[in-house]
Amino acid sequence: MKRSMLAGAVALASLSLTACAGGSSGAEPDGQIDYWLWDANQQPAYQQCADAFHEANPDLTVKITQRGWDDYWSALTTAFSSGTGPDVFTDHVSKYPELVANGQLLPLDEHVADVDLDQYSPGLADLWVAQDGKRYGLPKDWDTVAIFYNQQMVEDAGLTAEDMEQLDWNPDDGGSYEAAIARLTVDANGVRGDEPGFDKDDVAVYGLGIPGAGYENGQTEWSMYTATTGWTHTDTNPWGTHYNYDDPRFQETIAWWYSLVEKGYMPPLETTVGASVNDNFGAGKAALNISGDWMLSTYFGYEGVDVGLAPTPTGPNGQRASMFNGLADSVWAGTDDPEAAAQWVEFLGSTDCQDLVGAAGVVFPAITSSAEIATEAFAAKGIDVTPFTTHVEEGTTFLFPVTDHASDVHAIMTPAMDEVLGGKADVSSLTEANDQVNALFE
Amino acid sequence: MSTAAVARRPRSQLGPALVMIAPAALGFLVFYLYPTLRGAYLSLTEYNVLGSPVFVGLRNYVDMVQDDVFWNAVRVTLLYVVLNIGFQTVLAVGLAVLMHRLTKSVLIRGSLLLPYLIANVVVALLWYWMLDYSIGIVNAVIDAVGLPQVAFFGDETWTVATIAGVNTWRHLGYTALLVFAGLQMIPASVYEAAAVDGAGEWRTFWRITLPLLRPVLVLVLVITVTGAFQVFDTVAVTTGGGPGNASRVLQLYIYEQAFARGHFGYASAMSVVLFLILAGAAFAQMRLLRAGESDLT
Repeated sequence: MKRSMLAGAVALASLSLTACAGGSSGAEPDGQIDYWLWDANQQPAYQQCADAFHEANPDLTVKITQRGWDDYWSALTTAFSSGTGPDVFTDHVSKYPELVANGQLLPLDEHVADVDLDQYSPGLADLWVAQDGKRYGLPKDWDTVAIFYNQQMVEDAGLTAEDMEQLDWNPDDGGSYEAAIARLTVDANGVRGDEPGFDKDDVAVYGLGIPGAGYENGQTEWSMYTATTGWTHTDTNPWGTHYNYDDPRFQETIAWWYSLVEKGYMPPLETTVGASVNDNFGAGKAALNISGDWMLSTYFGYEGVDVGLAPTPTGPNGQRASMFNGLADSVWAGTDDPEAAAQWVEFLGSTDCQDLVGAAGVVFPAITSSAEIATEAFAAKGIDVTPFTTHVEEGTTFLFPVTDHASDVHAIMTPAMDEVLGGKADVSSLTEANDQVNALFE
Repeated sequence: MSTAAVARRPRSQLGPALVMIAPAALGFLVFYLYPTLRGAYLSLTEYNVLGSPVFVGLRNYVDMVQDDVFWNAVRVTLLYVVLNIGFQTVLAVGLAVLMHRLTKSVLIRGSLLLPYLIANVVVALLWYWMLDYSIGIVNAVIDAVGLPQVAFFGDETWTVATIAGVNTWRHLGYTALLVFAGLQMIPASVYEAAAVDGAGEWRTFWRITLPLLRPVLVLVLVITVTGAFQVFDTVAVTTGGGPGNASRVLQLYIYEQAFARGHFGYASAMSVVLFLILAGAAFAQMRLLRAGESDLT
């Protein structure tokens, strides 16, 4: 990279290579279905599904390719444009609208007409119907968020598991939730955050660890607070055309959130660039984290840390809230065998596969009965996942915002949120970012 | 031998010459010239790779002039180049002179090249972990001696300098080796003459080594400056351009616009501008520092 004399050659070369490579999806052997996913934790379970599918359809074989999230989408884009995309792939609600707009997804309606959409958790199937009224994915799983806490630290702070389950929050003083976070924060001299003499500039253990400023969605950062104020990301969801980052309820919540940094209860943004929030938790640098169920096996895998789970705090509306996101399997429009691809999607969206995935205990399948199997599988590992499932049972979930221009929204809101949480700009600066975002929809 | 035979010789060698050049020429045409021309064309279009390019004239360039993030990327990149090239060149010349004057050991000379043999991404991740605020070893040492910890990658005031430092660490040995090769071309007789005239090491360095090294140094600078402007991988695997836009260098912004946001036309336009900046920088260095002439005559 350092020695090329031809400026921009890297970018330019990749541009034209992707643009001129010919279609070659016919190169794969007959009866092979290429399937991509990004979560390595889930690959073994889906390999079981692939084996079961092959058994039921001996003339079809599924080849699974796993790529990490960071490379997944650019690899997909280049594979699509060069005609070598996977027949079927794991899809995300923040990405599929742009793929639909570019004609890269196969409508599934006629292929899955006989699938009972009521078997999935409410709302999940609707996420995958685009603005043209066509279906572009069958739900495979769902996720919610909850509090992960260090049991030893909570005990040392004089708090109980019951206390952790009954926290309340408001944007003015943070409620009992902020009080607990303050109590759990300990400076280098052993003084707690709610005690006199606390040194906020030399903190040994932060009450609440954060992964970053939360981009445009705040899934594990701030969305569990903002939603309890009545605020929503967009005017309608899915397919909103107006974002609400200028709303006082949103800005007040973010201002409260940033105040935790100023008080020394939450790490400054610059210290979150580096080791992951969960590794810092594992290293005993934070007492609480908020994260999604897909991280369960990671958190419970840290040696010497006893992890407890608690539901997110109740807010001004008297309820808890969690973002509810669901992945789906989609078929690429360029697939050489749409029938076989749709058959595999249907299998992935059936109890035949989702029961297997549930039994692996890594994620909650979209089918309600399969999710119960997952709950039991987690229980067998000694993990009570009620803090995650309670949102679904009590109806306190809200859907991940699905709109057009998602990648541009992300690119605008990422630095804007960084500026605010980094203390470089006031929350009112988010109004200007909101104007930029909404200009995309004009 | 007749004159006619002499005149024919060039023609008879043209065929073999073309055959010899063909592989390199083909590579150049396919992987450099065609992509460059196509990139220049795409810069005049709106193109998201999945559809067809739509001609929009100079709109991408007009957008670029008004794009604050682009100008910020130019500033960040320039800062990076100045820091990286500054440290790297001074240290490399120093290191090369030490290699030249102090040691003949192949082991020592070879070991200086070691960082360069490690992949860039590995180097970046290694330092990313070592310099981590909470659990990195460097901050553990800083904390142990009683100084405040530093968020090397996360703090806006440090992040570009940190990235420049990491890349300096990796490329120092290689750059020093190039300079060292240049030093070996300086005749020993010049140094002997200087010694006879009673010049010390310091004076010898400024009056003999540096002036005679100039043509090689210019070449090294052109190569390293061009490379530095294209910094990408170290940023991509560490800060990803953050915090905010503090380390969003030009190549990263180009990549993002193209591959994450689907604006290949706009990304191509920025690539063209980067190309012009680099061509200008290389030309200016060659001209101002008289790369074609040596003082050794």
